[in-house]
Amino acid sequence: MREPVHRAPLLEVDGISVRFGAVQALEGVSLTIGRGEIAAIIGPNGAGKTTLLNVISGFYHPSEGHIRFDGKDRTHLKPFEVAALGIARTFQNVALFKGMSVLDNIMTGRLLKMRGSFLLEGLYWGPAKRQELEHRAFVERIIDFLEIQAIRKTSAGRLPYGLQKRVELARALAAEPTFLLLDEPMAGMNLEEKEDMCRFILGVNDEFGTTIALIEHDMSVVMDISEHVIALDYGRKIADGTPDEVRANSAVIDAYLGVAHA
Amino acid sequence: MLSLLHAVLVAPFMDMASAPAFFVEVLIGGIAAGLMYSLVALGFVLIFKASGVFNFAQGVMVLFAALTLVGLMEKGAPVALALLLTIAVMVALAFGIERVVLRPLVNQAPIILFMATIGLNFFLEGFGEMLWGANVKKLDVGIPDESVKVAGVLINKLEMSAAGTAAVLVGVLAVFFQRTRIGRALRAVADDHEAALSIGIPLKTIWVVVWSVAGLVALATGIMWGAKSGVQFSLSLIALKALPVLILGGFTSVPGAIVGGLIIGTGEKLGEVYWGPLVGGAIENWFAYALALVFLVFRPQGLFGERIIERV
Repeated sequence: MREPVHRAPLLEVDGISVRFGAVQALEGVSLTIGRGEIAAIIGPNGAGKTTLLNVISGFYHPSEGHIRFDGKDRTHLKPFEVAALGIARTFQNVALFKGMSVLDNIMTGRLLKMRGSFLLEGLYWGPAKRQELEHRAFVERIIDFLEIQAIRKTSAGRLPYGLQKRVELARALAAEPTFLLLDEPMAGMNLEEKEDMCRFILGVNDEFGTTIALIEHDMSVVMDISEHVIALDYGRKIADGTPDEVRANSAVIDAYLGVAHA
Repeated sequence: MLSLLHAVLVAPFMDMASAPAFFVEVLIGGIAAGLMYSLVALGFVLIFKASGVFNFAQGVMVLFAALTLVGLMEKGAPVALALLLTIAVMVALAFGIERVVLRPLVNQAPIILFMATIGLNFFLEGFGEMLWGANVKKLDVGIPDESVKVAGVLINKLEMSAAGTAAVLVGVLAVFFQRTRIGRALRAVADDHEAALSIGIPLKTIWVVVWSVAGLVALATGIMWGAKSGVQFSLSLIALKALPVLILGGFTSVPGAIVGGLIIGTGEKLGEVYWGPLVGGAIENWFAYALALVFLVFRPQGLFGERIIERV
């Protein structure tokens, strides 16, 4: 387990509510994620974890509440604007470009970093060529880091699930994010794959100082890698603190084990 | 029996060998027609790649673009101005389609979007005729529809310039798609909307870009076919010729559209001239569709389409 340290806030979520028809997916959720920390969002199925992630990354807009990122209000940004702020994400059910090669998938992650005239790009000449090579070199570093050299040229749709998740992480990293949102990065993985993924997540955090928020069901993983745990149930926040505090919280125990109403 | 085999398998090739200049003429005619088919098919491929929509209205977009151009010229606008205005109209149309058709239907099943383009088809057809009338119009691009002899081979000037323009356009679009940043973004959007958004691609902008490009391709096609056969309703039917090209080349492949167009163009011309007499002619009318059927049975993803992998 990692020791908590005091951190300046990177993301501040203040009283967010989201409603789908008659379903109140999130109700007055507030939380703060500090710069450079690894935070885990936990909760039973349907607790609103993914909804929260979707609100942060601009896929949903809250009916109430505010989101501040890096000190600026950005409650109503669209997904591509959120991405431009340096927030990258992965999806619960892997969203890769299945027809493209692994390399191309990761290269798309660098689209926001690319500049210049597309006439030159078309001719693959001068600055455009230099740029493409620079980005390619960066992407190769990520490929080495995540140990996926061998599958560079394979089309993403043909990879096993565990590797797809890894490629999705690579694409998110290619954007050099300051804040990384991972929706169940280890779902459906075996023990060995989970250990690899933990290593990568800790490595990203250590090496690039990336702030990471992840949704995860495996409690041993959550307790191992995160220093901050936020628990949701039925769209409300029920606990927020260090892993030990949250583990000891009676509301969390009730939510997971059920509560006897005698 | 033997004489039939001879007539099908030997005689046509002897004909080709005995009059090489004529064979080259037929071949060039076929390639020219093929490039035009490729161009129409590219309009489909572009939109299909970027929005996953099979755009039923592509053919009518060709008609609409040509009608607008001719209509503006008839109103007395000089060619350059009319061309610029038509381009503006096609871009405005792309904005309109994104706003009125695509945006409200985002994340709907492909069949819904397909139905929407059928609606768009009838709207554009009626709107075009309301604005410019339903008469056959003559489009004069300043290139005479006459032939010259080059090295003993008869070549039609209009067909050649059309084919040349088509070749250039096809080349530019292929490069645009494969090599540029916008091209990569387009391919990303085509593959997965959510993922594309998450890496910072503005979906709406991409849709407007791609429908604008498809509109411009439609305009180019309209000018070339219109110059040859007049601007009239039947112009929208060339979209039907693009279907077999797409089946041959694969709906998602730019090179496929090019190769598919060339195979069909040359195939139907050669078939008509050398094998046509055996069955009383008119091969040109059904050759493309018969070939498409064969492909659907044996290679449904087309020559260059992405392989369809089903996981159980």
